[in-house]
Amino acid sequence: MAMKPQMKSRIEVTFIYIFFAIMFVVIGYPLFWAIMMSVNPGTNMLVTDLFPDNPTLEHYKWLFTSPSSDYLIWYKNSLFVAILNSVGSVVITSLVAYAFSRYKFYGRKYGLYMFLLLQMFPALMGMVALYILLNTIGLTDSLWGLLLIYLGGQIPFNAWLVKGYFDTIPKELDESAKIDGAGHLKIFWTIMLPLAKPILAVVALFNFMAPFMDFLLPRIVLTSPENFTLALGLFNFINDQFSTNFTRFAAGAILIAVPIALVFLLLQRFLISGLTSGATKG
Amino acid sequence: MAHKKKKESPGLKRPRHLATLLSVLVPGLGQLYNRRILKGILLMVITVSFLITTWNYIDIGIWGLFTLGTVPFEHHSIQLLLQGLIALIVLIFGLTIYAYNIMDARRDAIAREDGMPNPPLLKATADFYDRGFPYFMILPGLVMLIFIVVLPLLFMVSLAFTDYNQYNAPPRNLLNWVGFDNFVNLFKLDIWKDTFFNVFTWTIVWTVVATSLQIGLGFFLALLVNDKRIKFKRTIRTVLILPWAVPAFVSILIFSALFNPTFGAINRDILSQFELMIPWLSDPFWAKIALIMIQTWLGFPFVFALFTGVLQSVPADMYEAADVDGGTRWQKLKHITLPHVLFATAPLLIMQYAGNFNNFNIIYLFNEGGPAVRGQSAGGTDILISWVYKLTFETNNYNMAAAITIIMGILVMGFAFFQFRKTAAFKEEGERY
Repeated sequence: MAMKPQMKSRIEVTFIYIFFAIMFVVIGYPLFWAIMMSVNPGTNMLVTDLFPDNPTLEHYKWLFTSPSSDYLIWYKNSLFVAILNSVGSVVITSLVAYAFSRYKFYGRKYGLYMFLLLQMFPALMGMVALYILLNTIGLTDSLWGLLLIYLGGQIPFNAWLVKGYFDTIPKELDESAKIDGAGHLKIFWTIMLPLAKPILAVVALFNFMAPFMDFLLPRIVLTSPENFTLALGLFNFINDQFSTNFTRFAAGAILIAVPIALVFLLLQRFLISGLTSGATKG
Repeated sequence: MAHKKKKESPGLKRPRHLATLLSVLVPGLGQLYNRRILKGILLMVITVSFLITTWNYIDIGIWGLFTLGTVPFEHHSIQLLLQGLIALIVLIFGLTIYAYNIMDARRDAIAREDGMPNPPLLKATADFYDRGFPYFMILPGLVMLIFIVVLPLLFMVSLAFTDYNQYNAPPRNLLNWVGFDNFVNLFKLDIWKDTFFNVFTWTIVWTVVATSLQIGLGFFLALLVNDKRIKFKRTIRTVLILPWAVPAFVSILIFSALFNPTFGAINRDILSQFELMIPWLSDPFWAKIALIMIQTWLGFPFVFALFTGVLQSVPADMYEAADVDGGTRWQKLKHITLPHVLFATAPLLIMQYAGNFNNFNIIYLFNEGGPAVRGQSAGGTDILISWVYKLTFETNNYNMAAAITIIMGILVMGFAFFQFRKTAAFKEEGERY
């Protein structure tokens, strides 16, 4: 092998770039295809083109203006659940995480085990009971019922995450505050919460996005179209007639995916650092 | 308060025993004996109101839990079962207060024996707040967790031991406890046995292959991007994370359309160039291949992002030391990078396996678990959880669905067990407290 190391290195780098190029195509193609579908005229998928001769925004217009479109209602419903879920889960999980991170109490250790275990059980496993429970308190087909399930279901994972982050905040800080006469809640409010902003932002963001992305729980809880969230509405859109509504679905889906993806790309660094510091250092 | 220190008298006469016994008999009485009047009265009031409000509910609940009702139409077995479970939870809550009352009486009595005066009211309240603070903090979360997560799981577990299905459903019929019959049927009856075997093996293959592929690809890409010679790292990272940023249900439905044999672009635009038509949705084998490819697409960015973060934290001097010793690239990867990265991320990687094991969304959204398979209630690509969904919401085989759920739960606990052992948190537990 009489190849110079420099030459070898250059070939290697070229191959790496080629590999990235392939990955870019594999990642980009489905997304690009969906965007192009959404600007195809008509709703018949059989005559769509990747590059339509006369691209149109008619499907986007239809979503917002057609009387038979519930898109705006779904958007409003999703926002409603998303905002309350985001705020509620930050409040509940930070309280729980604070107790688990800073206090010693009966069942603390088993509580931690329980969180780890429960976060692996999907809500679907208890769906029948949840439905009956919601039914007995009259919250089926209601956004409040859906919200309640989201709020409860997110606790194990997020409490674990936030607790891990709290643990990285030096204990000396709250101990010195305690010596200065600060009470439990004051320490929580003035020391822990401000320092834990990054992870709380992650929790808020995650729980804000969840209602936009989940279709399963809404599908079981919500029955009337005026209560649908976006994901469920769009799913039903193409569930009935897949091939004839896909162009409209694509338009509706892109309008959800773009804002979510943008926020996500902006904040993903917090997310990763939160996950690694929270979940691995425990 | 003048309090003479008495000589220790044995047996029941000792205040600590007497106080404990009094509180066992009537909550609050021991506190009264300790001259903690307000606390004693408070505990008595709590006890009485607890009993008045919940006695009836608990009574019926526990009775219902054992019998599941005795008169058809009048007794609704499912509601009784649910009430029974809630009654159990309320009962445990009540017993906790009861136990607290006993321990509290004993503690105060011991303090009095040691000649410590009772604290003034303000101080006592402050102490209570101090000691109780963590409990107040977790209470809202705990209540929600119990009713929204734990109770439904308990309910599902209970259903697995009943005969609740489409043909035997309340209020027309009463349910019965049938012991392990459902599990026996699952492994004995041909219709269940074969389906279970097929679904189970595919679930395992799916979990292992799809997750390993996404971890492998993510790791490989992270290594490549981390290479010093590569430029435009930020752009490359952003693009590689894109599949994670797009909501999964959107991408899965897009893929479902892409793979559609009649109008999907994969057959129509790409494979047709090679004179190929692959039945992606109607042939179980190809549907499985498609699912694994899609999941790899969906799942690798998370692993990639995770590893990218961790790779930057590998100390550079370790590589320099390896270079000095003449270590090859492969040796550096195997002895420095891999151990470091795996140690830091093992719990999250195990979560990935557990996540795919329960990955209902992709299976259901891609093809609703199809194609249908003759002679079995699960489709060709159904994994356990999507099969459970079908059994529950489509054919109302609640008992079998619950039995399968329990088996899934046991497997999930296996994942969790590994995670406990891998999670550094519990190793450090001793240090922190």
